[in-house]
Amino acid sequence: MELFVLQLFNGLSISSILLLVALGLAITFGLMKVINMAHGELIMIGAYATYLTQNLFISYMPAELFDWYFVLAVPVSFGIAFLIGMVLEAGLIRFLYGRPLDSLLATWGVGLVLQQLARTIFGAPNVAVKSPAWLDGGMVVMGGTLLPYKRLFIIALVIACLVAMYLYIYRSNEGRRMRAVMQNREMAACLGISTRRVDRMTFAIGSGIAGIAGCALTLLGPIGPSLGTYYIVDAFMVVVLGGVGKLVGTILGATGIGMFNTMFEYWTNASLGKVLVFVCIVAFLQWKPSGFVAMRTRSLD
Amino acid sequence: MAWRQWTPRQWWILGGYAVATAVLFAAPLFVSDFRLNLLAKFLAFAIVALGLDLIWGYTGILSLGHGIFFGLGAYAMAMYLKLEASGGKLPDFMSWSGLKELPLFWKLFEPFGAAVALGLLIPALLALGLGFFTFRNRIRGVYFTILTQALVIIVTTLLVGQQAFTGGTNGVTGYSTLLGYSLASPDTKRVLYWVTAAALLGVFLFCRFLTGSRFGKVLRAIRDGENRVRFIGYNPALYQTVIFTVSAGIAGLAGMLFVLHVGIISPSMLGIVPSIEMVLWVAIGGRGTLIGAALGAILMNWAKSEFSTAYPEGWLFFMGALFVIVVVFLPKGVAGLFQSPPPWLNPGKLLDRVRNGGSGTRGGPLLRLLRKKDNGKSIQSVRRQAE
Repeated sequence: MELFVLQLFNGLSISSILLLVALGLAITFGLMKVINMAHGELIMIGAYATYLTQNLFISYMPAELFDWYFVLAVPVSFGIAFLIGMVLEAGLIRFLYGRPLDSLLATWGVGLVLQQLARTIFGAPNVAVKSPAWLDGGMVVMGGTLLPYKRLFIIALVIACLVAMYLYIYRSNEGRRMRAVMQNREMAACLGISTRRVDRMTFAIGSGIAGIAGCALTLLGPIGPSLGTYYIVDAFMVVVLGGVGKLVGTILGATGIGMFNTMFEYWTNASLGKVLVFVCIVAFLQWKPSGFVAMRTRSLD
Repeated sequence: MAWRQWTPRQWWILGGYAVATAVLFAAPLFVSDFRLNLLAKFLAFAIVALGLDLIWGYTGILSLGHGIFFGLGAYAMAMYLKLEASGGKLPDFMSWSGLKELPLFWKLFEPFGAAVALGLLIPALLALGLGFFTFRNRIRGVYFTILTQALVIIVTTLLVGQQAFTGGTNGVTGYSTLLGYSLASPDTKRVLYWVTAAALLGVFLFCRFLTGSRFGKVLRAIRDGENRVRFIGYNPALYQTVIFTVSAGIAGLAGMLFVLHVGIISPSMLGIVPSIEMVLWVAIGGRGTLIGAALGAILMNWAKSEFSTAYPEGWLFFMGALFVIVVVFLPKGVAGLFQSPPPWLNPGKLLDRVRNGGSGTRGGPLLRLLRKKDNGKSIQSVRRQAE
């Protein structure tokens, strides 16, 4: 029973990280049909933003306030990644709408440059971010199973992001415009919505969430210039499995991959587990080729 | 006779191919042994690029998994070479990992013919499996691309994880002979170079035949309008699966030749980054033209070997920038420049435009001013043509 709870928690924890990484992709890929391979590098930027916030706190703030740097690091990571996303959209992505495969290659190039830039600025070795003291330790449940606070914090952060995303997309004016543009660009433009502005905002928000994901990843281990590349392909798999256009699909996809991954890795080993998950995904796509949740449409492509 | 009606341009192209082939086969006469070995490696890469071009340039399906097909071919040849070098004993890395006897599937690679056949068949069958299950369900475009990338990740983790059977991160290395001939001797290397050059020529002609045939026409039709092809009554999934399989087999062939020249294969040579680099070669050379893809692979690798050791950091910046520039400004690659050169690259046409006012609406204010006085005439001539 304890083992079961532990495995369940591990699965949930992996799912939450995957979800946080994939959430930004679900927006840029699911809504805008842009394959942003530089998403991993935006995660890396978020992580380094957290690292810089920590260093600033060490240098300029009294030591007793240090533990609260993380509270500030989340919005800072979001903000920096948001701005970089905005620049990226204005400088490159907007020329690539309607050419998803080309956007994949171009953003891969951008990712390569950003990675090398990070290596030049921060050095190739990984740097450690000291997590705040209030996240050390864990909660003991069911007599002996330890649930680390860091993992619980990440789960809470994901839920907060999801709620914020939901409110933004489905309950705000900006979000309504966004959905309108994604559903029918010409009609939305005719009704007076500035589609350029909406595109820029949407891409920047997707990037900003990548920044938050990077901030969360600093809790789990040291960070380096190639941090994002470990997560990017898994995150794309989440989007493919979950289907595009609805948040709930992404949630289902992340939970599915996270849970099955933990389960298979427990039964076999790490490398065989991944193979089994991949086989399961391909098998699942036989049944539902466009993922868990598909937008109903009459258009052909 | 068809050749009697050839235009001078076609004769020039034929002459160019003849010269290129002659240079390719005569290279050992005037190139040092070290450079020859490098060139041979680049030729192997050019073969993958041709395979990749078949599926990306001609069918419009981007595969980021060709590193794996290349690598599986390479591993097949490496296993054969390793068994020959071990001379009936257990390969060294297996005894380090505590294996007592040769795993059953390694025995398949003991005869040379079987190893070569498997080097072609394993990548082709893997591609057939993935292609069948995805194209059948009309999973295509970016979804397919992401699946191929996931395939890369799982194959590399599998190769790294199963150290006792695959040599893990170190890969398979330490060969001595091929069919009894020493791999280290310059004579063997020269012969292997010619074999690779012949393979490149053979694959090139095969791809040319394929793309020029009816089959190739359907492939291009699928690229340009898959649904129309379906409505006409073709089954695109069948064509896509076949070409993906062929393309993977070609990559496997290239991998086998690569191992013979380089003498090592490890998971780092077939991961995500090498796979996407292969795509870059095709993109730069020109997708949809065979010669562009092959030359792109050779030139990019030549540039990489020249610059990446001297400026490792600068090289990565350069490569990243190249991805962006090629996609945004040269979607058809360098070969596209020759097919339809943009006006700023063709002085004759530019001059012509200035004199005659051109026919398009493009051009700066000066051009437009110069064009203005002929406007009436050119519209009339356009009308005449339309009638």
